[in-house]
Amino acid sequence: MSALQQHPALPSLGSVYRTRAGVEVKEFFRQRESVVFTVFFPVVLLLGLGAVLDYDIGYGVTFPQYFMAGVVTAGVVGSSLQNMAIHIAGERSDGTLKGLAGTPMPPSAYFVGKIVQVLAVTVVTVGVLLAVGVLVYGIDLPSGTQWLTFTWVVLLGAAACTLVGIAVSSLARSGRSASAMITPLALMLEFISGVFIQFSQVPTWLQTVASLFPVKWMAQGLRSVFLPAELAAEEPAGTWELGRVALVLGLWCVLGLVLCVRTFRWVDRADR
Amino acid sequence: MTSTSTSVAPGRSQPLDDDAAISIRGLVKRYGERPAVDGLDLDIRRGEIFALLGPNGAGKTTTVEICEGHRDRDGGEVRVLGVDPAVGGRAWKAGIGIVLQSGAGDSALSCLELLGAQAAYYADPRDPAEVLELVGLGDKAGARGRTLSGGQRRRLDVALGIVGRPAMLFLDEPTTGFDPEARRRFWELIRSLRDLGTTILLTTHYLDEAEALADRVGVITRGRLVEVAVPAELGGRGRAPAVVRWSEDGRRRSADTATPTAFVLDLAARLGGEVPELSVARPTLEDVYLTMIAEPAAEEVPA
Repeated sequence: MSALQQHPALPSLGSVYRTRAGVEVKEFFRQRESVVFTVFFPVVLLLGLGAVLDYDIGYGVTFPQYFMAGVVTAGVVGSSLQNMAIHIAGERSDGTLKGLAGTPMPPSAYFVGKIVQVLAVTVVTVGVLLAVGVLVYGIDLPSGTQWLTFTWVVLLGAAACTLVGIAVSSLARSGRSASAMITPLALMLEFISGVFIQFSQVPTWLQTVASLFPVKWMAQGLRSVFLPAELAAEEPAGTWELGRVALVLGLWCVLGLVLCVRTFRWVDRADR
Repeated sequence: MTSTSTSVAPGRSQPLDDDAAISIRGLVKRYGERPAVDGLDLDIRRGEIFALLGPNGAGKTTTVEICEGHRDRDGGEVRVLGVDPAVGGRAWKAGIGIVLQSGAGDSALSCLELLGAQAAYYADPRDPAEVLELVGLGDKAGARGRTLSGGQRRRLDVALGIVGRPAMLFLDEPTTGFDPEARRRFWELIRSLRDLGTTILLTTHYLDEAEALADRVGVITRGRLVEVAVPAELGGRGRAPAVVRWSEDGRRRSADTATPTAFVLDLAARLGGEVPELSVARPTLEDVYLTMIAEPAAEEVPA
């Protein structure tokens, strides 16, 4: 190649990753709509439903105590699935992705930035929810090894939902249409997965539908840390099934990753 | 039209020019059955501003996007800075800059933050603050992307395209939405980039812009390059007869002439001094361009 001159070295992967992580975290937390939508929606849910449905579940468990698992699940789904689907669709339709694809930024850096963003948003959302739960309803926090279960369920659930969210973003024409598509879908899944109501009150056939998707398993895994062991009897299998929680969430990670690799596009479909 | 000398003979296959900034031979791109680019040849020299003209759907954007590495091709050879864009890696992308037509305008980051992030992808970037000055956004360094006006956003797009110090810059309709004064300032910026050694491929619908900026212009119709010339020579414009218009006996008169100076001297002598409503005009770039892109239709009209 005669025409190539000596080029100065391109910046290291690590430094580009740091740049993208900074961009993604700033982009999220500076957009009031996304902060309100993602962080405060589950908080309002907790306060609203907690105030209306203040009854005893049994074994001295109050509704807010039961509801914590659901509302944390909703927080994780919002931080990962909805956040990714809506914002990546928006970045694809407004040309941000196309612009990045024309720079020497390594493609992996874009996804590293998104992962850091999801982690940051998840930590903030879950942190606020736990704080509100403790301060307003005096809920019992997990203790000892329950924190370990709490952490892996949240991380594995967030990973699965992030990957599915990235894949789903390719189906929408714009951020707005992604929002119109994914928001009702997420609410519906949350509803049949026992996020807003007791899962045992969901009709059996809907429980079966819900158990195909990750939301139900995330909520079930989290119930195991917020509820006394006696309430495991109310679960469909009569136990918390933590092994199956890990298995199903893991499978959704694999499925999401495959879908991402096969469907991710830097350029809008209308743009051919 | 009997255009001579500079027109591009289709099908003649020269080897790729390795010294050119862009060299294209026999480029083909089809969307379904329809060929959008149909055997296009083009060489763009290092350090020139080249304007690509053509009606919508002629294959302009497709050609440019193939050169940028954004689109696959169905046939032909392409080299941009000596590398095939279809396999251009990070090092190659570091040498090109792309100013997009859409542009990322919904950002919550400030102009300086956006440019700083963009600069961090490149090996030898320009200073982000200096680039903002260069595009006339020096006082908008702290303003968020989404608060900018249309013209300011466009200039931010240009800043994002040049902050990596590209050797080859792609500009897609850069001044759409500019007011006349902003366009003039923008043209100065583009000329100063060329003076720094940047090769620039410009697509535009404004023929005055092509005339003001371009060292050479190429016209694409129906997926082929029909002519490449300096703006003053396009479509035989340099040799075209001048049109002299004047008023005589209360009537508007006009005449085509290859010797307008002698014609006007005769006219002045005949009418005894000042010629009423006199004008002498050559065909504008727009005149010849419109003739070129309408050519096949014009042939059907009996002369």
